[in-house]
Amino acid sequence: MRPTGPIVPVSGVSGNALVVVVAIMAFLACLTLGAVTMIRQSATSWQSEIAREVTIQIKPEEGLDMDKALARARSVVTTFAGVTGASVMGKGATARLLQPWLGSGIDIDELPVPRLVVVTIDERDPPDFQAMRAELNAQVPQARLDDHRAWVDRLTAMANTTVLIGLGVLGLVMTATVLTVIFATRSALSGNRHIVEVLHFVGAETRFVASQFQRHFFRIGLKGGLAGGVLAAGAFFAAGAWQNATMGAAGSAQTTALFGRIAIGPWGYLGIALVVAVVAAVTALTTRLTVMRTIRHIDRARADGNRAEPS
Amino acid sequence: MIHFENVGLRYGMGPEILRDLTFDVPDRSFQFLTGASGAGKTTLLKLLFMSLRPTRGLITMFDRDIAMVPSGDLPMLRRRIGIVFQDFRLLDHLTTFENVALPLRVRGRPESSYRRDVVELLEWVGLGDRVNALPPVLSGGEKQRAAIARALIDRPELLLADEPTGNVDPPMAKRLLSLFLELNRLGTAVVIATHDLSLMDQLEARRMILTHGRLEIHG
Repeated sequence: MRPTGPIVPVSGVSGNALVVVVAIMAFLACLTLGAVTMIRQSATSWQSEIAREVTIQIKPEEGLDMDKALARARSVVTTFAGVTGASVMGKGATARLLQPWLGSGIDIDELPVPRLVVVTIDERDPPDFQAMRAELNAQVPQARLDDHRAWVDRLTAMANTTVLIGLGVLGLVMTATVLTVIFATRSALSGNRHIVEVLHFVGAETRFVASQFQRHFFRIGLKGGLAGGVLAAGAFFAAGAWQNATMGAAGSAQTTALFGRIAIGPWGYLGIALVVAVVAAVTALTTRLTVMRTIRHIDRARADGNRAEPS
Repeated sequence: MIHFENVGLRYGMGPEILRDLTFDVPDRSFQFLTGASGAGKTTLLKLLFMSLRPTRGLITMFDRDIAMVPSGDLPMLRRRIGIVFQDFRLLDHLTTFENVALPLRVRGRPESSYRRDVVELLEWVGLGDRVNALPPVLSGGEKQRAAIARALIDRPELLLADEPTGNVDPPMAKRLLSLFLELNRLGTAVVIATHDLSLMDQLEARRMILTHGRLEIHG
């Protein structure tokens, strides 16, 4: 005699279709989640890269000893707390910076070119820019401090908008996933109504029937969710590995410029795991509610002879 | 055990299918329910099984007014009733053994506690060699016997059977009837809906005859 079979049949066309639907939706949701994670990371890193630096620009002026002024400005800013370093941008670097406008092969000493001191600061504990500006003005009147505030503000606004849009898309995809899973589960269950009826009529309690179906469909949801999640995680991992392997190649540089580093980090992978769990839970919960409603329906026929189908 | 008083039932705005039914099904009784096709036998069985509620009148089952029974208590009441559906309602993915054992399984009994009883009952109804067969490969008569075995397996206090001998040959019908009688002797009240006169003629039993929705009781 074979070992006792499960009350809810293990396989079936509708069950397999449900696995595929759940897998596809979980895959899409995980992709969106990963993309949003990446955008958020890139946005944060742009911001911090820009916020980590301020520059001092010294304009050339008649009778100004540029090198001395640069050294002076540098020594002034390094006395401030929150400054982690300051360096004078050399002549070569300045020339390279101006190359797009002035062409190559120019002698920087012959032109009245402003020079820069790049100051790196501690983002978490920035120096008092107001005081720094005043001190610089007093000591080197030709110096102008640019704390990149305008750029940082604009970037922050842009990054926040991008992340917000990403979250909006993620919300829509998750909603679509949940709804699709609900409808697919219901349609897979509709083929099993006769089982619910028979169990009900041989005296099974609603809880028992619901738990039988719930266990079965949780497994289907988990299987589909895992397939989609693993596929998405694999896709991110493979893309990251490809980027690492081809680092420096022309195509890769463009991809990197466009997307940043393709890596979703531990939070991204945790998010994917969460999506899988949510998908499996939604499948199981929908099953439970649908089965309970089916039984209520059977009992309502009992409760109201007017609504029953004649037979 | 069961008491109907002035029970009437109609579907929707249609005419009353059952009218002014007043009767008892006493403990340990044995009766046939008969009448022409469409007279309302199946509907009356549904009322007895609590899968329909009457449009009017009072039904008491196991000393409880079923209009007052909360739906959460229905499974417990149904466990005291065995039913054989006219269309069998076996689950196609379960073997004969598993189908017959289903009522015990949903009561939470471990398989080891009922395995022997189920096999014995299957042998009794002539399905000893079909224990592992799935319903789609069973003949109509075999399905019927499996459905009967499922209704009997937990020794119900009341057995309802809708045309239980409709698909079997006369010797098997006789055998099934004696199974019902045996069950009745052990204390189960039996209601058999049938229009098979030759079956009813085989024993002296109470006859409930439905004609145009009204009930006449003989014996």
